[in-house]
Amino acid sequence: MSIFINAKTRVLVQGITGREGQFHTRQCVTYGTQVVAGVTPGKGGQEMDGIPVFNTVREAVDRTGADCSLIFVPPAFAAEGIMETADAGIRIVVAITEGIPVLDMMKVKNYLAGKAIRLIGPNCPGIITPGECKVGIMPGPIHKPGGPIGVISRSGTLTYEVVYQLTLQGIGQTTCIGIGGDPVTGTTFIDCLEAFEKDPETRGVVIVGEIGGTAEEETASFIEKHFSKPVVGFIAGLTAPPGRRMGHAGAIISGKSGTAGAKIAAMKKSGIHVCEDLGLFGEFCAKVFGHA
Amino acid sequence: MKIHEYQAKELFKKYDIPVPAGGVAWDPPAAVKTAATLGGFPVVVKAQIHAGGRGKGGGVKLAGSLGEVERITGKMLGMTLVTHQTGPEGRRVGKVLVEQGLSIVRELYLGIVPDRSTAKIVVIASQAGGMDIEAVADRTPEKIVKVFINPLDGIRSFHCRQIAYALELPQAAMKQFLNMLPRLYRLFVEYDCSLLEINPLVLTAEDKLVALDAKAGFDDNALFRHPDILECRDLAEEDPLEIEASKYNLNYINLDGNIGNMVNGAGLAMATMDIIKRAGGEPANFLDVGGGASSEMVENGFRIILSDKKVKGILINIFGGILRCDVLADGVVQAAKKTGITVPVVVRMEGTNVEKGRRILSESGLNLTTAVDLKDAAAKVAGLVA
Repeated sequence: MSIFINAKTRVLVQGITGREGQFHTRQCVTYGTQVVAGVTPGKGGQEMDGIPVFNTVREAVDRTGADCSLIFVPPAFAAEGIMETADAGIRIVVAITEGIPVLDMMKVKNYLAGKAIRLIGPNCPGIITPGECKVGIMPGPIHKPGGPIGVISRSGTLTYEVVYQLTLQGIGQTTCIGIGGDPVTGTTFIDCLEAFEKDPETRGVVIVGEIGGTAEEETASFIEKHFSKPVVGFIAGLTAPPGRRMGHAGAIISGKSGTAGAKIAAMKKSGIHVCEDLGLFGEFCAKVFGHA
Repeated sequence: MKIHEYQAKELFKKYDIPVPAGGVAWDPPAAVKTAATLGGFPVVVKAQIHAGGRGKGGGVKLAGSLGEVERITGKMLGMTLVTHQTGPEGRRVGKVLVEQGLSIVRELYLGIVPDRSTAKIVVIASQAGGMDIEAVADRTPEKIVKVFINPLDGIRSFHCRQIAYALELPQAAMKQFLNMLPRLYRLFVEYDCSLLEINPLVLTAEDKLVALDAKAGFDDNALFRHPDILECRDLAEEDPLEIEASKYNLNYINLDGNIGNMVNGAGLAMATMDIIKRAGGEPANFLDVGGGASSEMVENGFRIILSDKKVKGILINIFGGILRCDVLADGVVQAAKKTGITVPVVVRMEGTNVEKGRRILSESGLNLTTAVDLKDAAAKVAGLVA
């Protein structure tokens, strides 16, 4: 079992003919993902490695039955691309694009509200159900199929680090989701937890947060009330100075809000096992989930 | 991106939001010339730096005559202004804003920010203006009113009335406010602001609302569609190493510590800084070379860290994904050969092409310490600072 994507997921890639789009489409196909279509306006009728390219998402969905979209569209056009998927009946859209203006994303989020579509990202590595389906840019081989742990993270390479340490400990993953490092993201920690709660194969969850905003605090209080499985948490940015944007657009301490210290305290208070030493993350998880 | 108060007030004028008469000056004669056009005294001389809390630090002064304007401006220009937002090192004042003094009856607060968790635009207002709004929110949250606006729908007049009545404005000012707030909102969305703040928005003895201060911040991700804002960039407000890094699209922030670090990915970079701290050091910087960095970017990033005088050791931490370890190793070797390594360097690499990367480093003949994993890297960093 898994959440959001599995071996049956039919993926289309928006921006498939670009440099990044091509590279990562090939990586996904190599991993075993069913990539059934590409979309690049103006390039309809072409093929990329035998994958048909369409002008619009609607056409690609109608012709190939794609239900998931992976987006590599440049920041200035990405918001349009996401909204296009919502109107074309896509079930899940994964936006890798980094650098989408915040105002564009606020409009997208309100546009998607109430529609039967889930947005993951933007500014994220994507989502992977190890051994079944990879919709993103993460390196496949560091993952271990079969569960029992779900991973949710605001980061990219930090997620790889965490997943790799789990794998080295022999702990597999059900699904790993990068929800993205932007201030406004489609899917939240809580959305993922609700799904993991219902997934019988997932017996514990890892949450990787960072400074900025209050998502981790809200997640902690959700877990206390509504989540029954053990959770390990990690927060990056204890040494980050206030008022500076630490790479990710969302990673900024404003005033007293968004500090790592406040997030760690909230997590501990809610019964989350907080790992404070990334070097020992795998061992820490082995101890916590060993009793899961 | 931040801009100066005088630049924000220029934007306000474009949207017909009233600001005091005045102008920016780079030297005392220019300040005097501006003051002479304001038609009376007192006038206000305000230091222009990208930080709040200027009044308490001596960066805002009243002048009762042209002579005083000249004297105050002369003292203020070139001074190092320390406020609670500048840090102990302060900021050098390079220009002042000279403005007419107003007879103030009330000081209000008005701000617009994006709210990340609701994806709405929030207008925040308070009758307790002129103070640190975070302190007001902390101590007396009931004195703050917030109105959430869906950016797809935009601001409506009932939103504006909600704010206006909460501010208990007199009749004449009420009308002015209901006209002004939609324009301020328009400025916010048309310029992709990350913050608009008027603190204080003053009510004058003539029942007029005037933006006595003006603060504007902009979404870095949206600057591509605002070339006029990019022109407002003031390099004097930025760290020289950060300016250098920005030329190569490197995400670099200069910090106070002694251990430099270079990492791919922002989250891993923050976590690596935290590892340095746990090992007994202090991070000297944040540097995310990015997912798809070229060896040139790595080379430039490494060179910038090497040129930082306070760095006593360096930790390179790469989890190769799209950025392959061999590309990283090439960049490190190039920079080391050009600049020379004068401090110990610990390298931890994992992921794509890690064997090839390690080989490039070991065959380079450079004096580098390799770490097998993060635990090992932390121990070796602790060795550097011991």
